[in-house]
Amino acid sequence: MSVIIAKDLTKIYRMGDHEVRALRGVSLAVEEGEFVAVTGPSGSGKSTFMHIAGCLDRPTSGQYVLDGKDVSKVSKDELSRVRNERIGFVFQGFNLLSRTSALDNVELPMLYRHKDKFRAAERHKRALGALDAVGLGSRYHHMPNQLSGGQQQRVAIARALVNEPSMILADEPTGNLDTRTSIEVMGIFQRLNREQGITILLITHEMDIAEYGTRLIRFRDGRVVADQPVLHRRNAADELAALPPPEPDVISPPAETTTAGAAH
Amino acid sequence: MSLLMTIRIAFKALGRNKMRTGLTMLGMIIGVAAVIAMVALGTGAQNMIEEQVKTAGTNLITISPGSAQGAGGVRTGFGGNTRMVPEDAAALRNLPEVQAVAESVNTRTQLIYGNQNWQTTVEGTNVDLPTIRSWPMKYGTFFTDEDVRAAAKVVVLGSNVSDTLFGEGVDPTDTQIRVRNQIFRVLGVMSSKGASGGGMNMDDQVFSPYTTVMKKLSGQLNLNRIYVSARSAEDVAGAAAAITAAMRTQHNTTADSDDFTVQTLDDIVALRTQTASTMTSLLAGIAGVSLVVGGIGIMNIMLVSVTERTREIGLRLAIGARGFDVLLQFLIEAIVISIFGGAFGIAIGYGVSEFLRIYQGMAASVPVNAVAIAVLFSAGVGIFFGFYPARKAAALDPIVALKFE
Repeated sequence: MSVIIAKDLTKIYRMGDHEVRALRGVSLAVEEGEFVAVTGPSGSGKSTFMHIAGCLDRPTSGQYVLDGKDVSKVSKDELSRVRNERIGFVFQGFNLLSRTSALDNVELPMLYRHKDKFRAAERHKRALGALDAVGLGSRYHHMPNQLSGGQQQRVAIARALVNEPSMILADEPTGNLDTRTSIEVMGIFQRLNREQGITILLITHEMDIAEYGTRLIRFRDGRVVADQPVLHRRNAADELAALPPPEPDVISPPAETTTAGAAH
Repeated sequence: MSLLMTIRIAFKALGRNKMRTGLTMLGMIIGVAAVIAMVALGTGAQNMIEEQVKTAGTNLITISPGSAQGAGGVRTGFGGNTRMVPEDAAALRNLPEVQAVAESVNTRTQLIYGNQNWQTTVEGTNVDLPTIRSWPMKYGTFFTDEDVRAAAKVVVLGSNVSDTLFGEGVDPTDTQIRVRNQIFRVLGVMSSKGASGGGMNMDDQVFSPYTTVMKKLSGQLNLNRIYVSARSAEDVAGAAAAITAAMRTQHNTTADSDDFTVQTLDDIVALRTQTASTMTSLLAGIAGVSLVVGGIGIMNIMLVSVTERTREIGLRLAIGARGFDVLLQFLIEAIVISIFGGAFGIAIGYGVSEFLRIYQGMAASVPVNAVAIAVLFSAGVGIFFGFYPARKAAALDPIVALKFE
């Protein structure tokens, strides 16, 4: 079954007098269980596509069907609901609530559920489960500024998972991370995709990150210019095993360093 | 999302920045405390006035003659007719609601003692005056029924008059003074009473039997006033009605043709209380300005907060918050600040007014309705000043908000 069906999507922004045609007719489908990497230079339309795919925006024309539901023309509030139930977001900047524990951050999407609301105990249990699935260890009650970049991104992935969405939409998830941590985060995506069959849409401009996916879609000038399987797929788990062990932490790492994430 | 959950989220958000929340609340606290303390002082003053008037004798009723219409339609002013006579006072004395009656005639004249003289009012009255006015003597005694019957040439001085003629601290009892070239014997001096409800200096007058004033000083046959004290302060209105009825019988008049006026102190009390309540409103109004300033402080902080938390708002929208959820969250944050500020403000305002009452001896009492108004008003301030920032937050585009630096 197709998670995403896009038919002839266009998006036109008006900037004063002139129009910017960000998407000029994009048609594609993403099947359940796929790990799709979307790449392209800036201005190629990949971000615009990501916004429409993530139900953050509506296309100017064309049809966008998510999980069997046409969401091209629904209201803003309905889009919120679709995002809450069907899409898990992971951003470059993590976007965790500051001075809020990892656990509370992960519980957040459950607070905004419109139906099948969970009781506090159930929310707690699910949040713990999601944090375990991304391997955060026992730092449930740490604040974001007490976590490394890699750990923060794990919390963000747990938050994306917690409402059991149809698809995880990761927008440059390794953009703020060093190489080793990037591989670790991609390893988490690969594992979730392989073991739980979660559909992942990865937006990145780095080709080597895109190669962790199963399929590569390349945008240019608002159109899809290439759509092919990844031939030499990278495997994060193998790469991590081949890397030299991380430098041991003699003292507690400073809060802001991202390299420390590799130590765990 | 449920309201309860939104309230919890708002509390968490406020808890994340305790310093700022506290300072914003402070504006509200000061505003509400000021209003409460000011209203307490105003209300205290009001209560004090009522208390004072009560001790002056709220059961005092004054009967004055109306105007008279002469030949050719010329009307005298209020109190101009001469139809109120001692027989009217005698009739009122028989009413069960009436405790005491004092006739009143007065004239201005010159008093002379030795080389001192003084122009003042001679108030002709009867023996019940000290009772009706609850007015004790300073020196000597008041005149007696015998003096009234005999129209005796005796006089009781007001304290100012005594001070002027005899010097301060001198007891003039049993001396003789000249009143309009007649010799009067001084029986005593009234204690000092200060200004009357109408503002007249009560101590600048002397008292003689009304019969003496009528027959030997002014030569008039009618009374200028009749003062009556009702049997109880609670039944002043009933006594006034009975007096009106009795006066109508005496004068053979109806409501349309009454030639007298019956007045109770209630009217004066009402006027004084109104003055005090105007004062209260004025004080509360000034204090209210600081409440509004506090409200603007909330709006200011909420606007800063919305800008600062743009990415948070973007995230909340991205993970499924509707615009309404965000609106509600920020609105509740503002309301929580204002209500908690209001609650602390009430406590502090109450504390301040208690302090003033106990340690400064000022009359202060916090009225319950002022507290209720302060609570409602502070919630209102929260909604009013929180709405604009909250709407601004709710209207954010998640894409723009997520990228906000």
